[in-house]
Amino acid sequence: MVRVLPLLVLVALALAFAERLGLGRELTPEELRAYDVTPVVLPDGRGLPEGEGDYATGFEIYAFECASCHGPNGEGAPFDRLVAAEPFSPELPPHRFAIGNYWPYATTLFDYIYRAMPFQEPHRLSADEVYALVAYLLVENGIVPEDFVASRETLPKVRMPARERLRIDPLTRELYPWVELP
Amino acid sequence: MDRRGFLKTLAAALAAGSARVIAVEFDPFPPAPRLGKPLSPVGERSRFEAHVRRYISPNLPSLHTGAAFAPISELDGIIHPGGLHFERDHAGVPEIDPKKWRLVIHGLVERPLIFDLETLMRMPTESRIYFIECAGNGQNGYREPPEPTLTATRSRGLVSGAEWTGVPLRILLEEAGLKPEARWVIAEGADASAWVRSIPIDKALADVLVAFRQNGEALRPENGYPVRLVVPGWEGSIQVKWLRRILISDQPAMSKGETSEYTDVRPDGTVDAFTWVMEPQSIITRPSGGQRIELGFHEIRGLAWSGFGRIARVEVSTDGGRTWQAARLSEPVLDRALTRFTFPWRWDGKETVIQSRAIDEKGNVQPTREEFFRRWARNNRYHYNAIQAWRIRSDGGVENGDPPLAGTRLPPLAAGGCGGEVLDG
Ligand code: HEC
Repeated sequence: MVRVLPLLVLVALALAFAERLGLGRELTPEELRAYDVTPVVLPDGRGLPEGEGDYATGFEIYAFECASCHGPNGEGAPFDRLVAAEPFSPELPPHRFAIGNYWPYATTLFDYIYRAMPFQEPHRLSADEVYALVAYLLVENGIVPEDFVASRETLPKVRMPARERLRIDPLTRELYPWVELP
Repeated sequence: MDRRGFLKTLAAALAAGSARVIAVEFDPFPPAPRLGKPLSPVGERSRFEAHVRRYISPNLPSLHTGAAFAPISELDGIIHPGGLHFERDHAGVPEIDPKKWRLVIHGLVERPLIFDLETLMRMPTESRIYFIECAGNGQNGYREPPEPTLTATRSRGLVSGAEWTGVPLRILLEEAGLKPEARWVIAEGADASAWVRSIPIDKALADVLVAFRQNGEALRPENGYPVRLVVPGWEGSIQVKWLRRILISDQPAMSKGETSEYTDVRPDGTVDAFTWVMEPQSIITRPSGGQRIELGFHEIRGLAWSGFGRIARVEVSTDGGRTWQAARLSEPVLDRALTRFTFPWRWDGKETVIQSRAIDEKGNVQPTREEFFRRWARNNRYHYNAIQAWRIRSDGGVENGDPPLAGTRLPPLAAGGCGGEVLDG
């Protein structure tokens, strides 16, 4: 980190003194909120909206909105498996990678379902509904107990088994030594 | 082989009745007897070229996520026509009215800004020729044993070359003014999946383009119309298409596309995040899988590229890897662009294996299959860049010549992921 900071500082200085073209228009906070329909959720929880949801609610929404594509129990047919059937191993074929054995961050689940699912008509579910689906999928994957309530407070604290195996590509480490995994 | 030796083997091969020599049939081919078609406002390909199309696997469970391969078996050149540039979508191709298009830059900036297309087009631009390659390119190479019917298109067609014109991202970031804590550019697309990827700020400031022209014309819808990111040398999925938003952050998003997908498994079970740079590749596109050759002279042709910089050398072997010779590189040899190579060759009618390997200006060498699988797990899905071998059978037919891996006890593994013929996500 220390070694590269000077570069970043230089970059920042260069940008601070660069002459602006004066193009583009400044956004008001209201406009920004209206534009931010699919908030980017960071692993520390920033970006998560207010709301909450539990397993029982998620179970019902899942059956109605998701099961047709991901299987009644998330076993993945015709599309991606969502519930891991076994722990990760280098022998595991890729179509068996799933949330419980391959996803390193629980926050990604909220981010992705809120922005991209259900596939054919996305960003339609409410934050509460997505929190419930996340709770349901985390429980089904054996990551949290059945009474888990997913929310802005609880999701960033969930430790995913796959996080232990995740590291930064050694080449990227060399090129960008300051890069860290959250 | 000298000429006499060549003629001798040729005679022997003919006697054996295996390979073919087809004489050019005479045709008077007169000039057109009457007026041709009138001027046309938009040109189309000759109807005789209609078979040159992107390859879409018949096994995909959805045509809204998956990939269409550039038909590199049937193309020459470092620039691909817009309609044949490879395509990878995760939620279909959105139809975007350029008048409605907006780009927002916000987060750790002095002033959040909104741009429309006209404003973007007023800004200083650059034009560069780059390759874009899906991290899933080569994925069929994960199949074991190697699939005999593989073609060059299905082997490495998730790469294309184009001239991209756009505004350097740096200029847009200067307009918004970066705060000192800014470390990541998180880009979001306007497709139904609102595709998200994180780019480190130093790369964003170095050479990323906010592109609105592909080979001089507007981007093709499948390639991000009206505006996409071009992130030279890096995996395609980070070059966000249909760009609608840039969030400046101190943390990466760890989005689905940089965790569940586009992460890479090592043989010890470690999973690597941020495998961004595309390592050196080359492939012989002619003669290649599914084609058929005749006795005598052929120019071996192919493409090479590397995300690290220019191609320094391509070597070709026509004797199953025993000897390697330098191929000729066709100018221009550009930084992080497709490079064409050629190699003159006479086929003597005997079964053999031909292959190419690329070496880039940083000294990175394209690995063999064995070497590749020492670095990456058998169940990895991405960044397959091992040498592709083609076997020329004695009847002139060309098929996959990749060696099966020695000593593997694993069951046959079907490929998955980006553009895989079996899509697993
Ligand atoms: C019409 C079919 C369909 C429906 C309905 C659907 N999905 Fe999906 N889902 C997909 C497809 C296709 C993908 C892969 C998208 C891609 O290629 O990026 C996917 C991917 C996912 C993933 C990522 C899987 C991984 O490991 O990368 C999650 C999580 C997910 N869906 C959750 C849901 C939830 C929750 C619902 C219900 C609200 C849902 N899906 C409804 C088709 C569907």
